[in-house]
Amino acid sequence: MDDSISMRVGRYRPERDHEPYWQDYDVPLRPEWTVLDGLNHVKNELDTTLAYRWSCRMGICGSCGMNVQGEPKLTCATFLSDYAPGPVKVEPLANFPIVRDLVVDIGDFMEKLPRVMPWIIRDDDVTEIDGEYLQTPEELDAYKQFSMCINCMLCYAACPVYGLDPDFVGPAAIALAERYDLDSRDAGARKRLDVLIEHDGVWGCTFVGECSAVCPKHVDPAGAIQRYKLKAATQSVKAFLLPRGAR
Amino acid sequence: MSADLGTGLAYQRKMPVWWWLRKRSYFLFVMRELSSIFIAWLVLYLLLFVRAVAHGPAAYDDYLDWAASPVLVVVNVVAFAFVLLHTFTWFQLTPKAMVLAVRGHRVPPWAIIGVQYVGLGAMSAFIAWLVLS
Repeated sequence: MDDSISMRVGRYRPERDHEPYWQDYDVPLRPEWTVLDGLNHVKNELDTTLAYRWSCRMGICGSCGMNVQGEPKLTCATFLSDYAPGPVKVEPLANFPIVRDLVVDIGDFMEKLPRVMPWIIRDDDVTEIDGEYLQTPEELDAYKQFSMCINCMLCYAACPVYGLDPDFVGPAAIALAERYDLDSRDAGARKRLDVLIEHDGVWGCTFVGECSAVCPKHVDPAGAIQRYKLKAATQSVKAFLLPRGAR
Repeated sequence: MSADLGTGLAYQRKMPVWWWLRKRSYFLFVMRELSSIFIAWLVLYLLLFVRAVAHGPAAYDDYLDWAASPVLVVVNVVAFAFVLLHTFTWFQLTPKAMVLAVRGHRVPPWAIIGVQYVGLGAMSAFIAWLVLS
C-alpha cells in the first residue's frame, strides 16, 4: 500500500471565488484513517483555511456528510484506503447551496422538517407528567427502523427529484413523519397526511430508491414514502366512497 | 431555495442535463419512467386491434398486415422489453409499499413479490391457452 493518497477537495470561498474549484492535498494513507481523518490532517497540518462540518466521528451526529467520489457518504465512516491509490474526490453534499468549501446551507431541510410535525401528537390531555407512555416491544419495532434517522441529509443529496424540484419535502422528512405515524402513542397521522398529500409531499417522489441505498442507518426512506403513498391513496378512495362518519 | 445564512453568496449548483447517465440506478430509473410511454403505446395498439375486429374481416386483415410490417415489429419488440422492465420494477416496489402481517408476523418481501409472479404466470398461461386452443 502507498503511504499517501491524494485528496481532491472542492473549494469555494464566497468572498473571492465566483465558482467552486478543486484543490489537491496529499495526506497519509493509513488503514484506520477515514476521509474525515484526511480532512482533519489537511486542516491541522496543510491548510487551515479549509472549512467543513464534523463532530462525533462515529456516525451518530450526522454532520460530516459529503459527496465522496460522487456518492453521498458520512466521511467519518468512509475509509481512505477504499479509494487507493486515489485521488479521492471530496465535494460538498449535492443538491444544497455551498456556503463555503465543503459546508452546505441546510436551511431548506431545517424549514421542511417541522412541517411534517415530527413529534408525538396526542388527542387527549395526558402528558409525560401524568406518567409513562407504556409500549410493548412489538409496538416499538413498528417504528424503530424509521427512528434511526440522524438527519445527515445524504438522502437529499442522492435524490434527483429533490435536485430538480427543491420544493419536494424530501426523503428524511417523510421517513420521520412515518416514524411518528407508526408510534402507538401518537394520534397525529391525519394532520401529517394533510401536509404530505400535497403536491410537494409524497407524490413528488418517483421512487428512484437512491435515498435508501445511501442511508447510513438503513432507515429506508423510499419504503416509508411508498407506504405513505398507499396510505394517501386509501384515504382518497375512502373520502370518495364512504359517508363522512365512516372514514 | 432557502436562506443562505444571510451572506447572499452561497453557490447554487445546477443539475447537469445528463445527470441520469452518471449512475446505473439513475439510468434504470429514467428507463422505468420511459417505459410508461411504451405501456401507453401497447394500450393504443390493443384498442386499434379491438376496433379492427369490430369493423369486420377486411379491417382485421389490414390490421394484421400492418402489425407484421418490419417497423411495427421492431417497435413492439422494444415495447415488450420495456414492459418487462416495467413489470419487474413494479413487482420489486410492491413490498416497499405494502407491509402485510399474518398472525403477527411480517410477510417477507420475497413472498409478496413471488405471489405476483405466480399471478402473472397463471394469467399468461390462461391467455396462451385461450389464444392457442
